[in-house]
Amino acid sequence: MAKNIIIIGGGPAGMEASARLDALGYTVFLVEKEKALGGHLARWDRLFPEGKPAGPVLDSLVGNLGNTKVLLESDVLSLNRLGDSFRISLSSGVSVIADAVLLTTGFDLFEASKKEEYGYGIYDHVVTNADVEEFFRTGGDPRIDNPQRIGLVHCVGSRDEKAGCRNCSKVCCATAVKQACELKAKFPAATVYCFYMDLRMFGRGYEDLYLKAQKEYGIRFIRGRVSEVSERIDKTLQIKAEDTLSSTPLRVTLDLLVLMAGMRPSREGTKVAKMIHLATGDDGFLSSLDGFGGMQATSIPGLFVAGAATGPKTLPDTIAEARAAASLIHEYLQKS
Amino acid sequence: MIDFGFYLTPSSTIDLDKVDRKAVDDLARADSGIRTCIACGSCTASCTAGVFADTSVRQAILSVLNGRNEKARELLSSCMLCGKCMMVCPRGINTRHLILSIQKYFDGQ
Repeated sequence: MAKNIIIIGGGPAGMEASARLDALGYTVFLVEKEKALGGHLARWDRLFPEGKPAGPVLDSLVGNLGNTKVLLESDVLSLNRLGDSFRISLSSGVSVIADAVLLTTGFDLFEASKKEEYGYGIYDHVVTNADVEEFFRTGGDPRIDNPQRIGLVHCVGSRDEKAGCRNCSKVCCATAVKQACELKAKFPAATVYCFYMDLRMFGRGYEDLYLKAQKEYGIRFIRGRVSEVSERIDKTLQIKAEDTLSSTPLRVTLDLLVLMAGMRPSREGTKVAKMIHLATGDDGFLSSLDGFGGMQATSIPGLFVAGAATGPKTLPDTIAEARAAASLIHEYLQKS
Repeated sequence: MIDFGFYLTPSSTIDLDKVDRKAVDDLARADSGIRTCIACGSCTASCTAGVFADTSVRQAILSVLNGRNEKARELLSSCMLCGKCMMVCPRGINTRHLILSIQKYFDGQ
């Protein structure tokens, strides 16, 4: 009899792992709380570094699911161990007993309104990275109204102990530079500024993106964290920061401010981890067995993790982890 | 003018609203190095003139971007065009060409 596997979280990690395990002949139940699969990827327009459209990447992940049993609009009501197996109850009334569980619960975007000094949800022309993707995907956002002076703020809800987020979110630098170029392409006469503390362009092709942003798009990079934003009576925004390269305070008037909201542990992941007594780190992300050879394993036999549930990851990182988890689960089920 | 016994110091804040964008765009056309600098400081560290007088390509570029064109000229006034900065620049900026471009641009004004 084919063994059952439950995968919680229908984003890229969950879909990739489902496809791999389905191809190995297992019965895979993919649990997703939303109405559709895709997670954050489904709400994204283009991907760094080359600006490849997100749609075909999503379609291919969905297309590879095979016989995976997709359970949408399903909240996890309980998850517990029964000897060597696991039992899950869902809000849809479905219960499944499985031999292994993979948590691919991903991340939540930092709620930008928590950084009140930036005025998200208060001022008319302050948006987030997710809003910019939505703007490019659907073509309309009253807050993005032909802006001629645009600023992007890196590290919103990242590297910020006061906001309870010490971690770097890893993807925002590349996303900011990508969006800066996209906005410049959309509004060619605009002046575009990126406010950064460090530019972490670590991946293949990221430095090329940075060079292109400087050389071809004329993006101005200002090293300094935006300290406060205020709205003028004409709805333009006054930005204060320090240009730390010249050790001088700086101000500029903008028509649009984009906040690069970072990655936070997902509420769903935290909830499910509590149910199954899986530890979380000081940063709130799920704990894997160790950060090297045991990345996809956990302290609980038969319970595995992949993707941004264990900390900020890029999409390629996430997909690689999902494949690694599938291989590890296969190995585990062969032995048991 | 009445002497009130005090005076106001002008603000030292960089005001990007007042930057001459045309100067930056013109200079970027003459030499893209004005945009591609990553502010690593290699040029300043290797500068032969910098030991004796305030000389820094990095700071000069930043000054132009911040609309402080006079300061940029000052920072390059002791440059002897030895070209050491060109050899150490990791972005491959032709710093000598850039320095001359900046000097020429603002001399012409």
